[in-house]
Amino acid sequence: MSATQPTAATRRLEAHLHRRARWRWPEIIFWVAVLTTIVAIPSRAALINEILIAGLFALSLDLILGLTGIVSLGQAAFFGLGAYAAAILASKGFSDPTLGLLFGAAVAAVLGLATAPLLLRGGDLTRLMVTLGVSLMLGELANRNGWLTGGADGLNFSMGKVLGLFPIGFAGQRNAALYSFAVLFILFAFARRLAQSPFGLALAAIRENRLRAGALGIATSRRIVAIYTVSAAYAGAAGALLAETTQIVSLDLFDFHRSADVMLMLIIGGAGYLYGGIIGAAVFIVLRDVISAATPEYWEFWIGALLVALVLIGRERIHDFAVRAASSLAPKAAREDAA
Amino acid sequence: MSAPALEARGLMKQFGALLATDNVSFTIQAGARHALIGPNGAGKTTLINLLTGVVEPTEGQVLLQDRNVTALSSSQRVRLGLSRTFQINQLFPHLTPAESLGLAISERNGSGADFWRVAGTRPAIVAEIEELLTRFGLEGEMDQPTRKLPYGKQRLLEIALALATRPRVLLLDEPAAGVPEEERQDILAALSALPADVAILLIEHDMDLVFTFATRISVLVAGRLLTEGEPEEIAADERVRAVYLGEDAG
Repeated sequence: MSATQPTAATRRLEAHLHRRARWRWPEIIFWVAVLTTIVAIPSRAALINEILIAGLFALSLDLILGLTGIVSLGQAAFFGLGAYAAAILASKGFSDPTLGLLFGAAVAAVLGLATAPLLLRGGDLTRLMVTLGVSLMLGELANRNGWLTGGADGLNFSMGKVLGLFPIGFAGQRNAALYSFAVLFILFAFARRLAQSPFGLALAAIRENRLRAGALGIATSRRIVAIYTVSAAYAGAAGALLAETTQIVSLDLFDFHRSADVMLMLIIGGAGYLYGGIIGAAVFIVLRDVISAATPEYWEFWIGALLVALVLIGRERIHDFAVRAASSLAPKAAREDAA
Repeated sequence: MSAPALEARGLMKQFGALLATDNVSFTIQAGARHALIGPNGAGKTTLINLLTGVVEPTEGQVLLQDRNVTALSSSQRVRLGLSRTFQINQLFPHLTPAESLGLAISERNGSGADFWRVAGTRPAIVAEIEELLTRFGLEGEMDQPTRKLPYGKQRLLEIALALATRPRVLLLDEPAAGVPEEERQDILAALSALPADVAILLIEHDMDLVFTFATRISVLVAGRLLTEGEPEEIAADERVRAVYLGEDAG
């Protein structure tokens, strides 16, 4: 049957199936802009570094929440674990940042793999409570095992140079931001690729209709365990980056507010298209910085107001409004964009 | 002499005090066109759920080509060749028909766990998607989000998705349910064009559809199989008329 079809139909089908594979101009501009900002404003390197790390952390949540539809209030467990793993490794004399990063991600992935089966039963509320519970347990374990973690005092340690060349930390805050940028970009590119693979499509199917996904032969449980493990590794990498670039870890890394903040960032930026976490992290942290400079105790009010507005008005309506506004300003460009 | 495509042996399902499925046994031969009819509440959906592994039987067995699959999950049964459609659309609203079909095909041919290659870059998969889109008349809608498709097209996608798993046995749960009259012909055409070697069990309320399509009919009443036979025998059966056709008339 397909032999009698004109090849134009096949080509249209192929083009449709990998329509998102090619990096588009807005994406390239986005990454160049981030890099330019780091180089151009070295005085704010510490803030930018914080945004990049929070962006990576939010990306880890996007893998399970945005792509797969699995809610979690316990991403801080993996974030804190990755941070502590990297910090403890450094305090034992293994101060190479790349090694610490890989170690932090790996340890978090092991915890993700071990706890993922807890997510397979029950609904969203069950998952929220289970993930929250795991992060509470981990925080308390870190508190109780002061011989290893430094307990409430936290842990101080010193880091080596990235790739043996670039010092990070207080002496090299711009290097730290560039290091975080490189890690974020590599992990983002991998996540982007993963989202477009058959595996990523299966995750979308699980999010959209788990019953039917199973009825197509997709081993839904195994897929959820796999992506949860990857997500944990990403969160662990974010934690390790934070530990390495600030050279301090403390128990608040496991705090509930970390899990809640990262979800806020992702919702503000929009879940499911992978850029949302980074954009949300930037909005969240810049707003906090700007507003808290003016009214130190009041900044959360505005974050709350933004959240309420986003959820009530709906991102799609804001997006539609922006598209309509853009098309009335530049009709031709909008038509090309739609095509 | 070949083994039946699908066999149920003494299936029982108890929901609390309700015996939803009461000692149901039947066989479906390879390539059969078999219909399962029965009044509302007869337990047709429960029986489908038992066969496909959505619900565990209290007693009894399900065999797929002589292999006991009673303990297997529904996704494992799909991989062994037992596929189904749903009475109420179970689709992926934000995915397009092309993506949904590609997903089902990748999953079947073992590339579903591939996390690196971009979906749709394998020519064999693209060709198969195209073939299914053409067969079900979905070429025009292939790149639209499924939720934007007309209802009749969504019903066709239901069947196309089930067929994409290359089943040996296909369970169709009221494929024409809720389809407006003018789109009904498309469903009927799609049903009669299904591959001849696939055994089909059709669950349906619409007697016209049942009697045009099926060469064998089972009647389910109150969880039990009342009778089974050729369409003429069923049409002539007094008991069937009483419990089923009689109810329709009344």
